[in-house]
Amino acid sequence: MTEPAPILLEVDHLTMRFGGLVAIDQLSFSTRRGEITALIGPNGAGKTTVFNCITGFYKPTEGRIAIVHGEPQMWEELDALTLKGDRKLALANGALFLLERMPDYLVSRQAKVARTFQNIRLFSGMTVLENLLIAQHNPLMHASGFTLLGVLGIGGYGKAERAAVEKARHWLELTDLIDRADDPAGALPYGAQRRLEIARAMCTDPVLLCLDEPAAGLNPRESAALNELILTIRDRHDTSVLLIEHDMSVVMEISDHVVVLDYGVKIADGRPEEVRNDAKVIAAYLGVADEEVEAAEAEVGL
Amino acid sequence: MATQQVSIDDATREAGGGAVRRAVKDAAIWGLVALGVLGPLVGLHAVQDIRGFLRLDGRWGLLAVLVGLVVAGSLFGSLVVEPWKERRARTRPKAHPLAERARVGFGRWFPPVAIAFVAVYPFLALWLTGFSGSIKWIDNFGIQILIYVMLGFGLNIVVGLAGLLDLGYVAFYAVGAYSTALLAKEFGLSFFTLLPLAGIFAALWGIMLGFPVLRLRGDYLAIVTLAFGEIIRLVLINWVPVTNGYAGISGIPRPTFFGIPFTASSTGFAKTFGLAYSPIYRGIFLYYIILALALLTAWVTVRLRRLPIGRAWEALREDEIACRSLGINTTNTKLTAFAIGAMFGGFAGSFFATRQGFISPESFTFMESATIVAIVVLGGMGSQIGVAVAAVAMIGGTELLRELDFLKAIFGSAFDPTQYRMLLFGFAMVLIMIWKPRGLISTRSPSVFLKERRAVSGSLVGEGRG
Repeated sequence: MTEPAPILLEVDHLTMRFGGLVAIDQLSFSTRRGEITALIGPNGAGKTTVFNCITGFYKPTEGRIAIVHGEPQMWEELDALTLKGDRKLALANGALFLLERMPDYLVSRQAKVARTFQNIRLFSGMTVLENLLIAQHNPLMHASGFTLLGVLGIGGYGKAERAAVEKARHWLELTDLIDRADDPAGALPYGAQRRLEIARAMCTDPVLLCLDEPAAGLNPRESAALNELILTIRDRHDTSVLLIEHDMSVVMEISDHVVVLDYGVKIADGRPEEVRNDAKVIAAYLGVADEEVEAAEAEVGL
Repeated sequence: MATQQVSIDDATREAGGGAVRRAVKDAAIWGLVALGVLGPLVGLHAVQDIRGFLRLDGRWGLLAVLVGLVVAGSLFGSLVVEPWKERRARTRPKAHPLAERARVGFGRWFPPVAIAFVAVYPFLALWLTGFSGSIKWIDNFGIQILIYVMLGFGLNIVVGLAGLLDLGYVAFYAVGAYSTALLAKEFGLSFFTLLPLAGIFAALWGIMLGFPVLRLRGDYLAIVTLAFGEIIRLVLINWVPVTNGYAGISGIPRPTFFGIPFTASSTGFAKTFGLAYSPIYRGIFLYYIILALALLTAWVTVRLRRLPIGRAWEALREDEIACRSLGINTTNTKLTAFAIGAMFGGFAGSFFATRQGFISPESFTFMESATIVAIVVLGGMGSQIGVAVAAVAMIGGTELLRELDFLKAIFGSAFDPTQYRMLLFGFAMVLIMIWKPRGLISTRSPSVFLKERRAVSGSLVGEGRG
């Protein structure tokens, strides 16, 4: 890796205030294509708020969040698009989206940013397979002629649905859920529900997958399998990953780039080994005086 | 070891004695409650004496019988039913795939059998009860039940699938009925032209209701939809120049058999086909129209459930935020649910207007909405079979309860069973909801499967908070 990969997502001076509370303050960072970026920080640092801003669930108070599909030259259009007041620009060689201007469902549908949730949000009364088909709602909706043709049985809906089931099967095999395909999602064990949520997000064909604490509540074996899955997603599916994680083994092992937040402010940004030795990060996590950092580090095995 | 055994035996015996004591205590409490409730309601009876004064009579015998029944029921429940249930829960293995398969099998054979039955029902009624007797069975039972089946199917889309609690559904029924009545009277359009128009109008009103309530969820949504239903009814009452207020609209043209009216005239249906005139022909014709409409609704709903839109409705019921994260436009999804549900309500309303020939705001009270919601809830949210069975039970049941003359043999000739119709009915509802808290059909059938279709237990399915 001589030359860094092109930038995929750029968060620029993002600020989010809830009344008088400043949850995120002037946060800027970027993620690169084909990389796993980890967003870490102590509880209440504002990590999930950043996710909610990126995926359109919150409208940021200030700041710009941009994502590029296709050629990196699209970044040259960024300022022009921002001034124009539009939310997207699609050209022959790529597209540029300003996520802070888009409603949540368009962030997923057009800008191709998928996410999972800290507290799992599956359609628990529907089967595993149905969960994955709902993720393919928009292409299937087109195939069913926006329901009108589908009701009458005209057009290629059947074929589109079979293709959707095939894609779902691919993800079920990758996440080792194929034997549970016809079981209700709510009946799966916790670890399987986490994997299903990732599979469901991947069925929307994202360019950026945002995982909110994917390893929370997993045992070491499941956690290792999860690392494997995330690496597969990065390497084989042309999807970059942005993840929030508390489990340092996951963060240090798989991420290419780490951003550390504390009280809504970025305190470190770099490769995992750089971040892990950063005095401010250690202080934020462990709350010790600078001269005791060495001892604390040794104790937790960092 | 032996002493331990003895002590366990003692414990169970003691528990058994305790159970009896508890059961007696419970029964006594229930008896007191029953006495308190039934005392004024049943025990005291206001009678007009010969001078026209009201006199209070005591019906202590009847009161004693009823309170005794409650006490006995309570004792029976806690001494017989509860231990039996416990024993059954202990002996029966947790998983019972056979029962599950039987349920799926039921889902497979029941619809065709039911459809075959309703298809021959008018002729069955005609054959069993003759020309004059069958009017009641075809009109009061058949048509009435099918109207509610259709309304139940329509509301099922909104409440059962999309999980949006709509307490003002009768508004769309009213829109369908009034648009049919007014357009038929003003422009002389025929029923079959007006039917789709009524559906379109109702769907537009569904969207109009949908927009302001998109942000509301659960109880708040229910209250606004309830208010919407009342607004429509009040407009119908007060906009006298158009709707004729309380007096309603009469003389709505009845549907014709492809242009041949159901009259006794020489160009009427009976004469044309060389039959003796009887009002039953119109009844049978109307029966088949509403049957076709109800089947159409069921068929469309079945198809919609397997299309992305139907899946999106169910996903919306399960988790709206997850839907948005997957790129589903929840605004449009909710509006289509409201619009399509309202459209079927409009069809039913249009049929109602032409069947009655007369409509007034009295037919579109909150009670109607409540009945339809009760049908959907009782049937099991989202289940078409459940809704159909519940409509038969609710509407057919209340009608059948008019025929309780045999109770006179038990309680004496002064006993008027029709007065107890609603009481008995409410009682039956309470019992069913205790027995089946998630409705008659409490499992959900998946819309797609990889290897085999397995029903989803109702306890996992969301009830919808939006």
